[in-house]
Amino acid sequence: MSCTKTIRVLIAKPGLDGHDRGAKVIARALRDSGMEVIYTGLRQTPEQIVEAAIQEDVDVIGLSILSGAHNFLFPRVIELLKEKNAQDILVIGGGVIPDEDIPGLKAAGIAEVFTPGTPTSKIIDFIKSHVK
Amino acid sequence: MDIIQSVLNGDKRSIAKLITLVEEKSDDFINILKKIYKYTGRAITIGITGAPGSGKSSLVNKLTRILRTQNKKVGIIAVDPTSPFTGGAILGDRIRMQDLTLDEGVFIRSMGTRGALGGLSRACYDAVKILDASGMDYIIIETVGVGQSEIDIVKLADIVLLVMVPGMGDDVQAIKAGIMEIGDIFVVNKSDKDGADRLVTEIEMTLDLGSSKNSWKPPVIKTIATENYGIVELSENIEKVLKHMMQDDLLNVKRKSRIKQEIISLLTETLIENIIFRYSEKIDMLIEKVLERQIDPYSAMEIIISDVK
Repeated sequence: MSCTKTIRVLIAKPGLDGHDRGAKVIARALRDSGMEVIYTGLRQTPEQIVEAAIQEDVDVIGLSILSGAHNFLFPRVIELLKEKNAQDILVIGGGVIPDEDIPGLKAAGIAEVFTPGTPTSKIIDFIKSHVK
Repeated sequence: MDIIQSVLNGDKRSIAKLITLVEEKSDDFINILKKIYKYTGRAITIGITGAPGSGKSSLVNKLTRILRTQNKKVGIIAVDPTSPFTGGAILGDRIRMQDLTLDEGVFIRSMGTRGALGGLSRACYDAVKILDASGMDYIIIETVGVGQSEIDIVKLADIVLLVMVPGMGDDVQAIKAGIMEIGDIFVVNKSDKDGADRLVTEIEMTLDLGSSKNSWKPPVIKTIATENYGIVELSENIEKVLKHMMQDDLLNVKRKSRIKQEIISLLTETLIENIIFRYSEKIDMLIEKVLERQIDPYSAMEIIISDVK
């Protein structure tokens, strides 16, 4: 095995929707690219997500959401990370997110938003090039 | 160094960072571990092992909740398999422990096996020390779902819980060597399923035959983790077994042999690495000779060893 650091990613489902097929597809793709993926299951609060990310010392948090509550939940995660002095963790988002919402999410600190149809290779490349 | 003090103070971010340093074998990790070692040895380590899907994570969750009602701090290390092909892993044990995430007195870390074969990862041993030094009263280590011979958990835990479920095979499974010999407590989980009582009987029979030397027999407990059934009984039995181990000095004997094993394996690793590094050219040359059948592998080894001396 290589001597470069293993990238650790937390895949989290904030909010109330119960659909995690997409999250699981991403988790598998990241696993197959050699990353360690911690999947925490459905219906997580931003507080739970941030605490898990800290205990697991992940490099990346991937938020998957289909409920439409991204404009509240994504920035809340960023806010909590700042409170915990953990803003070095890269946060990306995915799911059903309207194009017009993306600039606002990025301004709030989400590094990138991946909407349906994104090839998983694009997400892998993004993570690999953005994790120091 | 700063990180040492914050780990001793129980700061979760620092604990997490230090575990990463150990997992990645960063330059400084041995020095840090040397400094925290004198603060370890206070926590009780509980190993939970058993087949995939037998309910280990759910049991860890329920057991932790009982320990929390007694105001004990709990560190959890949950190990899942790393792919030998890509080095990647999906670590999913937290799914069953969601309600513990925000508990101040609980720290959960998921780890991939990263090439280790015995059901644990190599960094596990040091992660336990870190959690111990950070002030945890109990450290629960959940192994990967094991089969018949992944028994490294005995090298790490004071007390091993072997989780079994009904309907996984006939009674010959229970008398095979290996996994059955490591349990200090046997847990029959999902005991609302058909065959639970038969499994309990089979385990007890196996244990009866084996324990002629001493009067102590590991307890067999029926549980349904998801319904919280049998968990109180399980935690009482853990205390009972621990008490017995302490009275008969078994715990110390166990911990002593664990330290011996650790030193020996550190020695072996370091020596072998040294020899292979120092004699790499000679080894290459000997390989050629063995390939040509001029000498045999045993003589090749003897030539290298005589050089080391």
